[in-house]
Amino acid sequence: MIDLLGYAAFFLTTALTYAILCLGLNLQWGMTGLFNVGVAGFAAVGAYVSALLTTPEIAGRLGGFDLPIALGWIAGAAAAGLCALLVGAITLRLRADYLAITTFGIAVAIDLFALNAQSITGGPFGIGFIPRPFIAWAGRPLLFNGAHLLLTGGVALILFWALERAGRSPWGRVLRAIREDETAALALGKSARAYRLQAFALGGAVMGLAGAIQAHYIGFISPLNYVSALTFLVWTMLIVGGSGNNAGAVVGAVGVWGLWSASGYLLNTLLASQYQARGSSLQIVIIGVVLAVILVLRPRGLLGERRIVSRHLEETGAP
Amino acid sequence: MLEAVGVSKHFGGMRAVDDVSFRIERGQIVGLIGPNGAGKTTMFDLLAGAQRPSAGSILIDGVRVEREAAHRRLARGLGRTFQIPRPFAEMTVIENVLLAAPRQAGERLLWTWFRPGQVAREERENLDRARALLDFLNLSALAGEPARTLSGGQRKLLELARVLMAEPSAILLDEPTAGVNRTLRGEILARIAEINRRGVTILIVEHDMEVIARLCPRVIVMAQGRILREGAPAAIAADREVVEAYLGGAPA
Ligand SMILES: Nc1ncnc2c1ncn2[C@@H]1O[C@H](COP(=O)(O)OP(=O)(O)OP(=O)(O)O)[C@@H](O)[C@H]1O
Ligand SMILES: [Mg+2]
Repeated sequence: MIDLLGYAAFFLTTALTYAILCLGLNLQWGMTGLFNVGVAGFAAVGAYVSALLTTPEIAGRLGGFDLPIALGWIAGAAAAGLCALLVGAITLRLRADYLAITTFGIAVAIDLFALNAQSITGGPFGIGFIPRPFIAWAGRPLLFNGAHLLLTGGVALILFWALERAGRSPWGRVLRAIREDETAALALGKSARAYRLQAFALGGAVMGLAGAIQAHYIGFISPLNYVSALTFLVWTMLIVGGSGNNAGAVVGAVGVWGLWSASGYLLNTLLASQYQARGSSLQIVIIGVVLAVILVLRPRGLLGERRIVSRHLEETGAP
Repeated sequence: MLEAVGVSKHFGGMRAVDDVSFRIERGQIVGLIGPNGAGKTTMFDLLAGAQRPSAGSILIDGVRVEREAAHRRLARGLGRTFQIPRPFAEMTVIENVLLAAPRQAGERLLWTWFRPGQVAREERENLDRARALLDFLNLSALAGEPARTLSGGQRKLLELARVLMAEPSAILLDEPTAGVNRTLRGEILARIAEINRRGVTILIVEHDMEVIARLCPRVIVMAQGRILREGAPAAIAADREVVEAYLGGAPA
């Protein structure tokens, strides 16, 4: 029983880190229509920056500044946000498809950097001994995972609130307008470029924060964590949950992560050991099928986008 | 307040707008007419910043703006409607209008978090104004519907509601009443005249010469990208070349 509760807390904590990634993508794609296929890259930046700042000093590798975890989180988010700001400043003035190509390229470049810049990132071995919050309770899984669930849940809740506030305000309304028709939005006085940049940078920072939280929860990162399968997974979560809806992003993340974990467990127990290596490809196929089914049956996702953007309208009972 | 100097726009070899110059003073209401394909809409795009001219300059209150983006020109007071309406299809009608309100506190990211009271108050004020506009344009019943459900004529009305919500000091109206029923059409034209009396500069494209004659003391005629005539509506209507341009081109 205790084991099960501990596992539930572990599962939910992990799912919530994905939910945060998903909230970042929802701001970029769901609300603003920015096609970011480099989610893994921004998560990696957050994770590596935070790891470098907070790990103890180690011979042969840069960093190990032994700073507090909270500072690592903030720096990770800021670094990823800055990255997004730069990418956005260069590409958001170009046609929409260039953003997709660029973000994809950036994510691959970041992964290659992590793999090869051994003196900074630890190369293929990654970075270990990343300080974990509540490490003193590591011997008691329920307490340890419960504390992490509270912490991650708290961060997710604050982000959810903040993104909901911003998204369901005149600011979010401008994002939606730009998504639908940039020319019309410009004619009505809204600087498409400035708003896109804000949404892209903030979304990137949120993804970076998620990456940092994950890194400190597991205590170990390697380039393998940040391949395009991660981007694919987060995209699936958002589409399944309901693009354009923050609650949908969270629901999709928890649901799809549940499916991912369950299918991984099943494949592990069912497949003979010589096929195990291929099991993970099968997992991707399963998620792909779920995505296809949702797209056919509920193209707007489990929770679709709300028609009324501004929360002020709903509060006054208007229109 | 609004001035074009030698403005041209070429699409390949096609001269959609060809060396056009005119000047509109603050508070004037001027008609822009001409056969189909004369270059009126293209001229609006150049004035408002939806397209860049191939040559020439555009001035708002004496400042050259031909390289500025459309939103910057609206900030200088120049608004426009589109001949083919561009509603935000998935947004409700009322939010299409609300969006257009200028300088909203709630458009600043940080203020949505840290000044919620001010954002809410302003949103309520804008809501009153948006409702009044929809009321005037007979769109109230559709306020909560997504704009994609509107008919062609209703979309034209929404287009007008949005630009009025933005409160520009000069408005370019591209056939604002095309496809609108007669009664409402009369009311809209009366409203345009009233807006103009309150000091708003207006340049209006309209194919109905009678309407133009009633509304505008001054008319600019375009044909094949160039300015053909400029003057009082009575003189324009009697002009042989103008009549020929209309007969030679597609019927108005
Ligand atoms: N993007 C474009 N590419 C090529 N040609 C164009 C483009 N936009 C407009 N044109 C051409 O420029 C000419 C002027 O078009 P415009 O829309 O300005 O005419 P108009 O005076 O508004 O006509 P109408 O009264 O029918 O609305 C037309 O011949 C049109 O085909
Ligand atoms: Mg036209």
